[in-house]
Amino acid sequence: MTRLTINGQNHEIEVEPATPLLWAIREQVGLTGTKYGCGIGQCGACTVHLDGMPVRSCLIPVEAAAGKSIRTIEGLAEGGKLTRVQQAWLDHDVPQCGYCQAGMIMAVTALLERTPRPTDADIDAAITNICRCGTFQQVRAAIHAAAAA
Amino acid sequence: MSAVTPLERRITRRAFVVGTTATGAGLAIGLALPLSPRAAAAAEGAPEVNAWVVIRPDDTVVVRIARSEMGQGTLTGLAQMVAEELECDWSKVTTEYPTPGENVARKRVWGSFSTGGSRGIRSSHDYVREGGAAARMMLVQAAADAWGVPASECTAAASVITHRPSGRTTTYGAVADAAAKLDPPASVTLKDPKDWTLIGQPVKRLDTLDKLTGKQVYGADLKLPGMLSAAIRDCPVFGGKVARLDTSKAESMPGVRKIVRVGESAVAVVADTWWRAKTALDAVDVAWDGGDNTKVSSASIADTLTRGLDADDAFVNHEVGDAAGAIATAARKVEAVYSTPFQNHAPMEPMNATARWTPERCEVWCPTQNGEAALAATASAAGLPIEQCEVYKIHLGGGFGRRGAFHDYVTQAVTIARELPGTPVKLLWSREEDMLHGHYHPVMQARLRGGLDADGNLTGLHIRLSGQSILAAVFPQNLRDGMDALAFQGYWAKGDHALAYTVPNLKTDHAMRNTHVPPGFWRGVNANQNCIFLECFMDELAEAAGQDALAFRRKLMADHPKSLAVLNAVAERAGWGTPAAAGVHRGLAHFNAFGSYVAACAEVSVADGKDVRVHRIVAATDCGYAVNPAQIERQIAGSFVYGLSALFSQACTVKDGRIEQDNFHVYDSMRIAQMPVVESIVMPSGGFWGGVGEPTICVAAPAVLNAIYRATGTRYRTFPLKDHGLRLV
Ligand code: FES
Ligand code: FES
Repeated sequence: MTRLTINGQNHEIEVEPATPLLWAIREQVGLTGTKYGCGIGQCGACTVHLDGMPVRSCLIPVEAAAGKSIRTIEGLAEGGKLTRVQQAWLDHDVPQCGYCQAGMIMAVTALLERTPRPTDADIDAAITNICRCGTFQQVRAAIHAAAAA
Repeated sequence: MSAVTPLERRITRRAFVVGTTATGAGLAIGLALPLSPRAAAAAEGAPEVNAWVVIRPDDTVVVRIARSEMGQGTLTGLAQMVAEELECDWSKVTTEYPTPGENVARKRVWGSFSTGGSRGIRSSHDYVREGGAAARMMLVQAAADAWGVPASECTAAASVITHRPSGRTTTYGAVADAAAKLDPPASVTLKDPKDWTLIGQPVKRLDTLDKLTGKQVYGADLKLPGMLSAAIRDCPVFGGKVARLDTSKAESMPGVRKIVRVGESAVAVVADTWWRAKTALDAVDVAWDGGDNTKVSSASIADTLTRGLDADDAFVNHEVGDAAGAIATAARKVEAVYSTPFQNHAPMEPMNATARWTPERCEVWCPTQNGEAALAATASAAGLPIEQCEVYKIHLGGGFGRRGAFHDYVTQAVTIARELPGTPVKLLWSREEDMLHGHYHPVMQARLRGGLDADGNLTGLHIRLSGQSILAAVFPQNLRDGMDALAFQGYWAKGDHALAYTVPNLKTDHAMRNTHVPPGFWRGVNANQNCIFLECFMDELAEAAGQDALAFRRKLMADHPKSLAVLNAVAERAGWGTPAAAGVHRGLAHFNAFGSYVAACAEVSVADGKDVRVHRIVAATDCGYAVNPAQIERQIAGSFVYGLSALFSQACTVKDGRIEQDNFHVYDSMRIAQMPVVESIVMPSGGFWGGVGEPTICVAAPAVLNAIYRATGTRYRTFPLKDHGLRLV
C-alpha cells in the first residue's frame, strides 16, 4: 500500500513501488490531466509539483513520492476559479491540441512561484517543455501577462 | 464537445430524436446540398431533416462538426461559418461531433469527415454555411407562422427574431420546436462576404477551457467500466514478422490478463493498467524475422535515390519549352543537389485506440483525423458489417497527418479486443513504438539545373526529383498513369500547388524510388522539401546572376500577382534592402501550397559558425478568406516550430531495415528558448478558400537556410542541420 497526497487529498493505492509516479497518478488514482509524452524526461507533458518543485513524473518512482505533497493540473483551479496562469492561458487562447498544456502550465506555475516577474531569459531557462503544435509565442505572452496580473 | 462515451451519445441522440419529432423541444436541421451528389443522396434518404444545427429551448446552439479538431482551430472556424448564416448568438454556441456511424446511417449527410490537406474548412465552407442559412430560414418561418405574418417581414439577429412592423420578438429556442416540423427550404442564398460579421473575426476558440484544467479527455485518457489496457510491440523492421516468442515470464507478472499475437508481426500484452502491460511487454522475449528488408540502410536508400537523379524513367509533370536545350546553351549554368530525410510526425499524444468487440457489434473510441476511415478500419478488423460498428471521435493530441490515412492503431486495438469479447481494451503505443512505426515524411533528393543568359535572366530550369511517392504507397488509385502529382506540390502548372514563377523553359520530373519504409502525409507534405529545393536554388541562381534575391525573383513573378504580393509584404515589413542589426542576415522564401500564397523573411545570426539564432520571422499568408485571423496567426507561428524542428534536428535514419530514432532525445523538437519572434501578416484577398494549417511550414526552412548562407557563406543541402554541427539556439 502506497499513500499519495495529491492536491491535498490522500490516496491509498496498490501499486508496484517502481511504477513511475505519472502512471500511478493516471491509472491508480485516476487523474488523467497529467500526460504521457515520452516517458524519458524529455517532453515535460507529465510535469507535476512535488513539494512545490516541478518534476517530470515519468522519471520518479511512486515510492519516492510517497509522503510528499503532490500537485497536479487538477489541483490548480480551486473551487473552479482559474489561477492567474490558467486565466492568462484562456485570455491568450494558448492551446492548440492542448495535450502538452497541462505540463506547460504546471512548469510555468512553478516558475512564477519562484520568480514572480521572469525575464525572457528566465523563461527560456525554466520552460523546456516540448509543444509539437508550436504554441511558444502565445506561451511567452501568456507568462508575461500572468506575471503582471 | 460531447460524443465521448456511448452514454453521452445516447443522450445526444435522444435530444436529436426528440428535436425532430412532434413532441420535441429542439430543432435539428440540415439541407439538401444542391451541388453535391452525396448530399442529393442524403436528401432522398433523409427527407425529414439532417443536422448541422440543434437548438435547445434555452437558446443554446449546438453546431455539429464533421471534421476533427486536432489543434488547428478547425472546430471553431467551422462553427463560425454555420453561426454566421444562422445569425445566432455566438456566446451560446457549443459544438459536438456526429459519429461516423450516424453519417453512414444517414447517407453521409455530413459529407466527408476527413481533416487533412488543410481542407477542414475550405472543402466544406459552402455546405456548412448553407446548413446554417437553412436553419435560420426555418426558425424565421416558424416565428412568422406563429404570428400569422409573412416571413419576409421578419429578421433574425443574435438568436432573436423580430417582426419589424410590430416590433414583436421571440427567440430561437422558443420556436425551434415548430421550426423542426417545417420542410427545409428549397434553396438558400448565402451572405455576401462583405456582410459577414462573424467570419473574419478573431474570436476565441471554443475548446480552450478544458485544456487548462486537465478535464479535456484525449484518447489516451479514456476510461470505460471494466476496461483493460494494452501495450504493443510490432516488428521494428517494416514488413517483418515474429519469428519466436517466449511469453512465460510476462504471463505471471502483476495485472497481466492476456498476451495476444496481433497479426504476423506484433505482440500485445493486455493488463489491468497500461504501465503493467508495458512492463510485462518488456519482459516478453521476442525474436524478429525482418527478411530481406534488414539489408536496407539510409546509405542504400540514398544510393538508390542518387541513381534516380540520372535515370531515364521519370514522370514529367510540368514542361514548358526546352529546358535541357536552354540550359545547354546558357551563358551561365548553375547546378545543385539537395536531399531531405524521413521524418516522423511525433504528435504529443502517441497513437491509441480503445475497442470493445462482441460477435454482434464493435465500438471504437479514438483520436482520428478521419472518422469514416477509422470506421472502415474498425469494420474490417472486427469482421462485421459497417452498420454494426461505430467510432466515437475524441480530441486529438496532435495529428499532423499521422491520424488521417492510417488507422493501424485502430486495426490493432480491434484485433486485440476480439480476444476479449465484451471487454473494452485501450491500446496505447509507447513513444518508442510511435517513433518506430510511423508513416514517414518521404525521402527525396533533387537535382536542380538552371541556365542564365548574359543579363542574368533565368532562361531554363530543370528540377529532377528522385524519391518516394506517398500516393503509390497510400492511395495508388490516385496515381495518374503511374505519376504521383502530389510529389510536385508547388511546381504545378496550375491549381492549389502552382509554381509561382514563369520560366520560359522548364521541366519538372520525378524518378519514383519507393522504399520499404512506409511514407505518409506529414504536415505540409511534399511542399516542404520542394520549397527548400526551389527557394534555396533561386538564391543560388540570383547569386550567380549577381542579383539581389528579391529582385531576381520579382522578375519571374509578373504573372503571379498574389505570390508577388505576399513576397513584397514580408520584404517590406522586414526591411529587405535596408541594413539589419549587426551580425543579422535575412533570407526569403515563398510558395503556393494548399491553395494559399505564403512567404517568409527570416532574420538570423550565426555564432562560431554553428550556433544559429533565428531572431525574427516575418510571414505573410493570403488564404483568400480568413475565417479567424487570430487562429491563422497561431497556425503560422506554430508552423515555424514544426518546420524548424525538422530542419535542425529531425531525421529518421534506417539501419538494418529499422528506424534508429526511438524517442525525443534523438529526435529533438524546438523549445521556447529557440522560438523566434513571428510577425504574421494575414492578407486575405478574397474570392477563394486557401488552406492555413500547412502552407507556411514549407517556407520556414528555406527562408532560414538562405539567411544562414548569407551569414556563413556555406550552402547546406542535406538535412537535418545538426548533421553539419549546427544548432538552433
Ligand atoms: S512523459 Fe515525462 S517528460 Fe515526457
Ligand atoms: S498544444 Fe499541441 S502539443 Fe502543445
